[in-house]
Amino acid sequence: MTVVEERTVTVPVRRERPVVRRAVRGLALLGALGVWQVLTAADARVWVRFDRLPGPVEVAREFGRQLGHGPYYADVAQSLVRILTGFGLAAVAGIGLGIALARSRWAQDLLQPLLEVARPIPAIALVPVAILLFPANEQGIVFITFTAAFFPVLVSTRHAVAALPGVWEDAVRTLGGGRWRVLTGVVLPGALPGVFGGLSVGMGVAWICVVSAEMISGDFGVGYRTWQAYTIVDYPGVLVGMITIGVLGRATSGLVELAGRRLLAGRLG
Amino acid sequence: MITETVATGTREGGLGLRADGVALGHGGRTVVAGLDLAVRAGEILVIAGPSGCGKSTLLRALAGLLPVTAGRLTAGDAPVTGPSPDRALVFQDDALLPWRTALRNVELPLAIRGVPRRERRAAARDWLGRVGLADAAGRYPRELSGGMRQRVQLARALAGAPRAVLMDEPFGALDAQTRAGMQALLLDVLRAAPATVVFVTHDVDEALALGDRVVVLGAAGVTAQITVPHPRTPVRDPALRDALLRALGAQEREAV
Repeated sequence: MTVVEERTVTVPVRRERPVVRRAVRGLALLGALGVWQVLTAADARVWVRFDRLPGPVEVAREFGRQLGHGPYYADVAQSLVRILTGFGLAAVAGIGLGIALARSRWAQDLLQPLLEVARPIPAIALVPVAILLFPANEQGIVFITFTAAFFPVLVSTRHAVAALPGVWEDAVRTLGGGRWRVLTGVVLPGALPGVFGGLSVGMGVAWICVVSAEMISGDFGVGYRTWQAYTIVDYPGVLVGMITIGVLGRATSGLVELAGRRLLAGRLG
Repeated sequence: MITETVATGTREGGLGLRADGVALGHGGRTVVAGLDLAVRAGEILVIAGPSGCGKSTLLRALAGLLPVTAGRLTAGDAPVTGPSPDRALVFQDDALLPWRTALRNVELPLAIRGVPRRERRAAARDWLGRVGLADAAGRYPRELSGGMRQRVQLARALAGAPRAVLMDEPFGALDAQTRAGMQALLLDVLRAAPATVVFVTHDVDEALALGDRVVVLGAAGVTAQITVPHPRTPVRDPALRDALLRALGAQEREAV
């Protein structure tokens, strides 16, 4: 026992100050950029070849140029519209069907086989189907995005609802609550933490798929522009596209997490 | 204003409950059969018995959460066909909605009934005060001790002005001291808002401290019945205690 106590006493002494830690993290990032710059500037060929890869300075200059031009923003807006439409539809359908699957035997028997057959197919493999099915490219891309985000939301909602303790529902019913009250007052709020887990995953997968779909069949959008830059040998443009995709992905998942924290405030630590 | 109507709502008197030849079970397994029991309006009836004898099952059936497999359950003059705000159920633990504060949990039965926010908030505050938790209104269930959570549950059950309160070992998870305090509180609260109470416990002292009548339940229905001569008082009666223990003991041997 005493040994354990001694250890717990020594731990705070070794704690680093947050300022120092932050500085170290910043330096690590800058260091990586520096290595990248050196390797590309020297056109290094050490099995991996840096002679054609643009360096960070070149990328930054191109980024600056694009930020001053309209098409960049049009592409960003186009991708955002696609992802938000697909993801929004997936959230609504995934949560709704997830609850239905967890609570209704009819829904289970009708939908489960269908969903189990469709689930293992990666959304991006549906591109040919999307092209055949939808009259416009736009709808196809939204469909792919929807499918990608739908399954994580569906599965996590179903599990979260199925795992709800029965006592909450019993309590609300014995206080006079009907089906609707149980649904809105117990099932939805009770499943919310699990649902947000699915939404987070769904948003991540949705980005992968929207970008891939744009690369394959888009006319606009960040993914399309990135691939386009590659085909016209505009390598700095490719990296600008990649960084843009990363920033947008981070921002949208951040939004989902923020919404989750807001809604679940009070329940968690 | 609403506190007045809520209080008078319970003052109108308790709800009589009856079981006639009732059989209960889940998943094809019968737990109790041939059960006849009458709960008089306004009394505290304690149901005791070994674990697995069907006490909780009977309570769930009375609450309308579990249909009977045979026989008839009636509440007042009407058969029990489903849950009703007339019959509130108090659970052993963790039945508060964790995303609602204590106050909003107590508001729940009133919200379900469509009482306007301002009125139901005032009524809920009043009820929290009656169970001694006026200061805990804004706290979430996880921030409350087990005893406090059960007090909130009691307030929530009673805030809806039920005519019968079904209590399923509500103090079973509490330490002895808290438990005694809760028993006193329950009797106190019931004096101001009378209702029929069916109270399930396996604790002999709790049964005698609370009950007007104690029945022992077994697989074949009620196997013993004891009327408490000085009900709802802290008077200790060793002879009565022995009698109840014997009745429970006989039950226990039969169950084995």
